[in-house]
Amino acid sequence: MIAPLSWLKEYVEIDCTPQELQDKLFSCGFEVEELHEVGEDISGVVVGLVETCEAIPDTHLHVCTVNCGAHGTFQICCGADNVEAGRKFPAALVGATVYATSRDHTTVEGTMTIKKGKLRGYESQGMLCSGVELGVSEDMYPGAGYNGLLVLPDDAEVGADVKPILGLDDWLFDIAITANRPDCQSIFGIAREVAAVLEKPLKMPALDYTETDVKLDNFNITVDAPQLCPRYIGHYVYDVKTGPSPAWMRRRLALVGMNAISNMVDITNYILTELGQPMHAFDYAYLRGNGINVRTAKDGEKIVTLDEQELTLNSSNLVICDGERPIALAGVMGGLNSEILPTTESVMFESAKFARDNIRRTSRSVGKRTDASARYEKGVDEYATVMAMKRALHLVEELGCGKVSSTHFDVNTGNSVEPREMTVEIDKISGVLGITVPDEDIVRIMNNLDMKPSISEKDGKRMLTLRVPAYRDDMEGYQDVAEEVIRMYGYDKLVPTFLKSAEVTTGGWNPVQRREMRVKEALCGLGAYECMHYSFFSPSDLDLLRYPADAPERNAIRIMNPISEELSLMRTTLTASMIHAVVRNQKNGRLDGRLFEIAKVFVPKALPLTEYPDERDHLVVAFWGKGEDFFTVKGAAETVADTLHVKFAYKAATRSFTHPYQTADVICEGQTVGYIGTLAYDIAEAESMRTNLYLMELDLAALYPLCGNTPAFEPLPKFLDVSRDLALVMDKNITCAQVEDQIRAACKYVREIRLFDVYEGVPIPPTMKSMAFTLTFRAGEEEFTSEDLDRYVAKILKKLDAVLGITLRA
Amino acid sequence: MSRFDEIREKFLEEAKGRTDSRSIYELRKKYLDRKAGEVNALMKEMRNIPKDEKADFGKNVNLLKDWVLENLSKMEEKAREAELQHRYESEKIDVTIPADKDPRGNLHPITQMKNQMVDIFAGMGFEIYEGTEIENDYYNFTALNTPMDHPARDMQDTFYLSPEYLLRTQTSAGQIHVMEAKKPPIKILSPGKVFRSDDDATHSPMFSQMEGLVVDKGITLCDLQGMLDEFVQQVYGEGTRTRLRPSFFPFTEPSVEVDCSCFACGGKGCKLCKGTGWIEILGAGVVNNKVLENCGIDPNEYSGFAFGIGIERAAMLKYGINNIKLLFESDLRVLEQINDA
Repeated sequence: MIAPLSWLKEYVEIDCTPQELQDKLFSCGFEVEELHEVGEDISGVVVGLVETCEAIPDTHLHVCTVNCGAHGTFQICCGADNVEAGRKFPAALVGATVYATSRDHTTVEGTMTIKKGKLRGYESQGMLCSGVELGVSEDMYPGAGYNGLLVLPDDAEVGADVKPILGLDDWLFDIAITANRPDCQSIFGIAREVAAVLEKPLKMPALDYTETDVKLDNFNITVDAPQLCPRYIGHYVYDVKTGPSPAWMRRRLALVGMNAISNMVDITNYILTELGQPMHAFDYAYLRGNGINVRTAKDGEKIVTLDEQELTLNSSNLVICDGERPIALAGVMGGLNSEILPTTESVMFESAKFARDNIRRTSRSVGKRTDASARYEKGVDEYATVMAMKRALHLVEELGCGKVSSTHFDVNTGNSVEPREMTVEIDKISGVLGITVPDEDIVRIMNNLDMKPSISEKDGKRMLTLRVPAYRDDMEGYQDVAEEVIRMYGYDKLVPTFLKSAEVTTGGWNPVQRREMRVKEALCGLGAYECMHYSFFSPSDLDLLRYPADAPERNAIRIMNPISEELSLMRTTLTASMIHAVVRNQKNGRLDGRLFEIAKVFVPKALPLTEYPDERDHLVVAFWGKGEDFFTVKGAAETVADTLHVKFAYKAATRSFTHPYQTADVICEGQTVGYIGTLAYDIAEAESMRTNLYLMELDLAALYPLCGNTPAFEPLPKFLDVSRDLALVMDKNITCAQVEDQIRAACKYVREIRLFDVYEGVPIPPTMKSMAFTLTFRAGEEEFTSEDLDRYVAKILKKLDAVLGITLRA
Repeated sequence: MSRFDEIREKFLEEAKGRTDSRSIYELRKKYLDRKAGEVNALMKEMRNIPKDEKADFGKNVNLLKDWVLENLSKMEEKAREAELQHRYESEKIDVTIPADKDPRGNLHPITQMKNQMVDIFAGMGFEIYEGTEIENDYYNFTALNTPMDHPARDMQDTFYLSPEYLLRTQTSAGQIHVMEAKKPPIKILSPGKVFRSDDDATHSPMFSQMEGLVVDKGITLCDLQGMLDEFVQQVYGEGTRTRLRPSFFPFTEPSVEVDCSCFACGGKGCKLCKGTGWIEILGAGVVNNKVLENCGIDPNEYSGFAFGIGIERAAMLKYGINNIKLLFESDLRVLEQINDA
């Protein structure tokens, strides 16, 4: 919300600097996001009287003697066609800053500093300026729009700074208004706060006008949708003389960034800004059927709005109709069919309150956000609705652009715009704040806010009674009063305390959260870095992983209003985001690395969602580059298993996106909890990856219930463990796990089996391989003799031969 | 010269130049070997010595033996020292050669920041409650005093999954679940991912918040400030102060924005705090009575405060990360830098 200082001063005396006002507004809840002087880029420009002006032969230039009062008299060359001796123009002295313009003299291209120069051999000590060069438009100052010099009034004092004359010394406050204070979405609303915080009286805008006897016969206004339109005020104005608005009004509209159009339209825009009430003016001549009716649109009903767009409406849109057809989309934009034109002779003014959520939804659905709809969405109070109509009629008279009839309609669903009474216990205010604000300060603050406070006693309690103005519908209870008191009294007066009345509680992570953190720490210990990716991904990611049509991963929750298709599905796997992360790192030249992420995947119970979906913690791990292979990732899996006190088994498996012979299911207590695999080479190639990627994704949520307890201590063995190495020859297709299973089945004393070599080639036959293991035996109650060990080994070899055809390597 | 002195002289002669343990061992063998050693050979002569000289001879042999032993042990000691010295010298290394270390990864900067915050609040008795990322409209808005037509719904552009379910826009949604399940005293901290339909240079559609909630008897705005003072001092350093200023959230009344004194300049004004001396760090307020009532808690008996911290912002401020997008790109060049454990 932009508020010019000069406009605020119309309603309240401001005797502090703009910066001081900024600080005061900030402390009472109105952050000034930007504060700047209108002419902040302009300096060193003074009133210059052209004393002599002679044409330079064969050019369009003139050489002038310019009297700049106390600054001196300078020779200045000027190319403008309206330079003339005896008149006063803005003269930029050497060292002044003004806007630079392109060759067309109208497009601003940054600022420039005036230097001494020479034009066609004539020295020039300064520059006479146009409106554009000073950042002043025709609306800001009449005559400034001329493509030539800006002419200053004859009574301007020679040598004086031009900024006050042109209004360039004004300040603009861009103020953030919180959603609970829609009453401050206007200059007058902010002026009320300024008056309260500066403790100055507030001046009301003039609302008086005189109705003539003229009255419309047979015209009526009806509201068929009172829920969506709680108040609708109409007033008929005739003898309209459409024309430009006066300079003061055009200037104010320009300061807040609005274009002046014509007096009738400008009045509505002026009131929108001044009072925060959107208004509309219909050309009465184009209203058919002797009436206005506010109703919801019929499905498929059409309207052409002022911007000449045809909209198709539905029954959730509110429309203003004449006796036959829609003439405005309520609260959003007027219809082209009743637009104010230069030929307009009479108008029907509208000042209404519409339900904010309905305007918001309509504005979104038709894709039109206007100054009016923005105000309505935040909420317009009926106090402003009533005041705005009076103000409009006053301005019609003041501008002399029409006559106020006595045809006035006020359709009201029964809401009062009178102040309402509210009583709160003073101790409750202290109870919220934690400090006691003296009664006299509470009374002073509430008076400044025009809430007419009084303090009384009731049942031994001190009560504060307020008359809350109609525009403060945010005031509901003692908490709201406490906020008003403290924001004006000063938050710096709070005395910090540390929960002096609270009970002691225990805190910290719960067991699942602790486990998750330990898994993260363990993976960091492996040199992996934690990542965080968006919870949503792209439908194309499912294609990247080549999931078949019936894969559960394809059953993803869709965002109804995604930012883009790439971010439109809730993740059902973390693998895709991780592949993208690795690709990005490889593009940055990181050809090896380790990453992991723990995050939720989202499994819907039904689509579209009718209940909370299952949000499951997953872990994805990615190792790539030098030194990495399937088994380094498998090592990470083992680390996770150890951290969670579970045991994993691995079984050759396939996934749609992995190497067909380098993929395993990770199994925990018979349940598949994830996969480990090498990314399929064709996917890697399509993603321009330069090194192999090894992946793992685990369903941590499935693992948590399987987590073992902290292992119990096992007493130390009585005797030292002994080990034997065995080199075995077997068929190539026999797996390590098969061998291990048979060894364990054959001898209960085998404590550990460690594979230390795999060999294929001469002298082993081509269909065979050799695997060498170290077996560690642990004795029970009696120490092993070497004969015992020989016996165990023989038993193991016999079993391996019998079951798998494995022999000892010669 | 006695025979014994001759042997001594001969021993000393032969000992010359023997500095390594092997040649010293040979010398030892030559003199002290049980069978062939010269000193032991003297012992064998014992039987040929006249009776009255026996005692004297024996004593001299023993003295000689002790003398040889002592000399040998000195030589051996020297040799050991020399050999150890030599071994050390031969194993001299260049200590500036790069370490052979196991690489260690880092937790994500957000996790690091989150853990620090959790540690602080856990110490104050806050339980950690992580809600779900998918919420329904009631918990995210309505129960938090943001009914359908409330303008505050516009403050947050919401991702909807169905007319009823959405991606939570604030961790405050967790407040309601906790207050429904648990009666005061309540002290919970609720960190998690939140989502808003905003994607530009300074906004990410997903970011992280940490919500705190205290509900007990007699909780005031002064308690809020006192606790936040403690928090900012632990995160940003001893002398950090807080400043409260009015704001608006539908679920708190009064609502405040909380600034902390700039930890880069100490409040004098610098680039980080844009010259103001203050940095906005969180939003907070006294829990709105309507929210308590929605959860079946009697506002006449209990009161509370709530606060919400943007974790990305806190981390970016603390570590000087200049672009929020960097936090979600998994760029190792970024992740490797932040190690604040």
